[in-house]
Amino acid sequence: MAIFLNENSKVIVQGMTGSEGMKHTARMLKAGTNIVGGVNPRKAGQKVDFEGASLPVFASVAEAMAETGADTSVVFVPPAFCKSAVIEAIDAEIGVAIVITEGIPVHDSVAFWNHAESKGNKTRIVGPNCPGIASPDKSNAGITPADITGSGPIGLVSKSGTLTYQLMYELRDIGFSTSVGIGGDPVIGTTHIDCLRAFEEDPETKAIVMIGEIGGDAEERAAEYIAEHVTKPVVGYIAGFTAPPGKTMGHAGAIISGSAGTAEAKKEALEAAGVKVGKTPSETANLMREVIKSL
Amino acid sequence: MDLYEYQGRALFARHSVPVLDGGVATTPQEAVELAERLGDRVVVKAQVKVGGRGKAGGVKLADSVDEAKTHATDILGMDIKGHTVEKVMLTVTADIDSEYYFSYLLDRANRTFLCIASTEGGVEIEEVAKTAPDKVVKKPIDAGVGVTPEIAGEIADEAGFPADLRDQLVEVFVRLWDAFVAEDATLVEVNPLVRTPEGKVLALDAKVTLDENAGFRHPENAEAFADASAVDPLEQRAKEQDLNYVKLDGQVGIIGNGAGLVMSTLDVVAYAGEKHGGVKPANFLDIGGGASAAVMANSLEVVLSDPQVKSVFVNVFGGITACDEVANGIIGALGTLAERGEEVDKPLVARIDGNNAEAGRKILADANHPLITVVETMDAAADKVAELANQGA
Repeated sequence: MAIFLNENSKVIVQGMTGSEGMKHTARMLKAGTNIVGGVNPRKAGQKVDFEGASLPVFASVAEAMAETGADTSVVFVPPAFCKSAVIEAIDAEIGVAIVITEGIPVHDSVAFWNHAESKGNKTRIVGPNCPGIASPDKSNAGITPADITGSGPIGLVSKSGTLTYQLMYELRDIGFSTSVGIGGDPVIGTTHIDCLRAFEEDPETKAIVMIGEIGGDAEERAAEYIAEHVTKPVVGYIAGFTAPPGKTMGHAGAIISGSAGTAEAKKEALEAAGVKVGKTPSETANLMREVIKSL
Repeated sequence: MDLYEYQGRALFARHSVPVLDGGVATTPQEAVELAERLGDRVVVKAQVKVGGRGKAGGVKLADSVDEAKTHATDILGMDIKGHTVEKVMLTVTADIDSEYYFSYLLDRANRTFLCIASTEGGVEIEEVAKTAPDKVVKKPIDAGVGVTPEIAGEIADEAGFPADLRDQLVEVFVRLWDAFVAEDATLVEVNPLVRTPEGKVLALDAKVTLDENAGFRHPENAEAFADASAVDPLEQRAKEQDLNYVKLDGQVGIIGNGAGLVMSTLDVVAYAGEKHGGVKPANFLDIGGGASAAVMANSLEVVLSDPQVKSVFVNVFGGITACDEVANGIIGALGTLAERGEEVDKPLVARIDGNNAEAGRKILADANHPLITVVETMDAAADKVAELANQGA
């Protein structure tokens, strides 16, 4: 199974003809992702050659969907134009739009989220500023390295890209159903809770790793959700215990403001919900290893 | 990016939000010139990005130009909770009949904006929310609609503002919303928003946070609000080299890739430090993806120029980046620094994992550099680098 993305997903790339888009489209193809085309109104009708594939460029997401049956879009469009690209994907009612772009103004993220809500949330937005979704051995939509690990029983949801890779690497002998990078921005589409709900329902996923970091209260809300709705074992990790208040730690959303958003509060909330929280990524991996053994 | 009050006030004025006449001074002489223009009675306010300046003696009333000069002289250079006052703002005074609270902010959890309004202003809103929660109105703002005069009127009514001020308040609320959107702010806070005895509404304070991601839409703001004085010199230098660096107070220099992994590295080093004399991470530095030798050299140069640093931890997980390139980057960086005439004598612990890690470790081992220790796991590497920092301290 896996969540949000599987071997049947037909993927288009918005911004495929840009340098990041080209580079990562090639990588995704190599990982076995079924990419059926790209979108760029100025290059519509052209073909772009990759190793082993020649992909058509469409004028719009709607056209790409009509021509190819695409159900998933990966967005590499630069920050200044990203809002309209995501709104276009929403208007076309594509199933999933994964926004990799980093540095989008938060008013733009609020605007496209508002637009998605006004259209009845038919499109699942993942990101922005995220590594995307990887369902190992099935499909890879985004920039997650495809060769870290294979498929397996662990589901992973994380705000951070490199921490995701680190945990996938530490648990590579066990494998993952799906890893979802939800992004480090203050406003994101898909949340920890959305992923927890999907993993709970996914028969392939037997246990869940949840990686959070300072800023906001998404982890606290996820903890409440786990306590009430998640029966599968969850192991957690929170980054940013040593981050001082008022300093943004790399991600626009990773900031402690006043007493809100501290790592300690998040850890306590998760532990109160019965989640085992590792002190370091390795300890977290070991906790998961024990969980898998006990299943 | 948090703005100083005087900058927020200028931004309010740009959007026709009523503020008091005033200006900013960096020397007592400038304060005198300002006071002469503004008239006899002025308020002198310390410009710091921290609350509680009134209690700290950073806000003074002056009844003459001489008194304004005395206050400016006292307040300039004052330390308020670790912030040195480099500027004072002078404004004319206003008589106050009532003080209110008003703000627009980003509501992360609901992925929208929020308006908070209260008739209890001039004190911390968190305090009011605790003691008199019914006096604090929180209203979500639909980003697709914004704040229309109708919605502004609803806010004024729901918060219980006086009916005779309604028209003025509606105008102020709409203009503040215009400022919030037009300037790409994540916070616009007025505390207090006041009513004068004459029944006029004025913004007596301005707290504004701008979204740095939107900087490309506001080049004029980036220039006007750049704050070299508040930035650590090392942070400034890192910024010039496009490095994502935050100075902290510790002994172990940290270089890593990816915000989450670097944050995690700080934590792991701090835990390890508990066993090694309490050493702590000295900085946050995220080199991002694709670490070239030049980026690594610049990073090492910034981290090593922190005199507090006793050892350096390079912690990289090669996702897209291949670890052999990272290893070459480290060796190249040390070479580049030597060429630049920088003396490097602090031990460096490297932990590289992921894509091509074996090849990377081999490159580092073969280089046999006296300062480099390669450790296989992140936790063990943190322990080693903390131990080295403690020995060097």
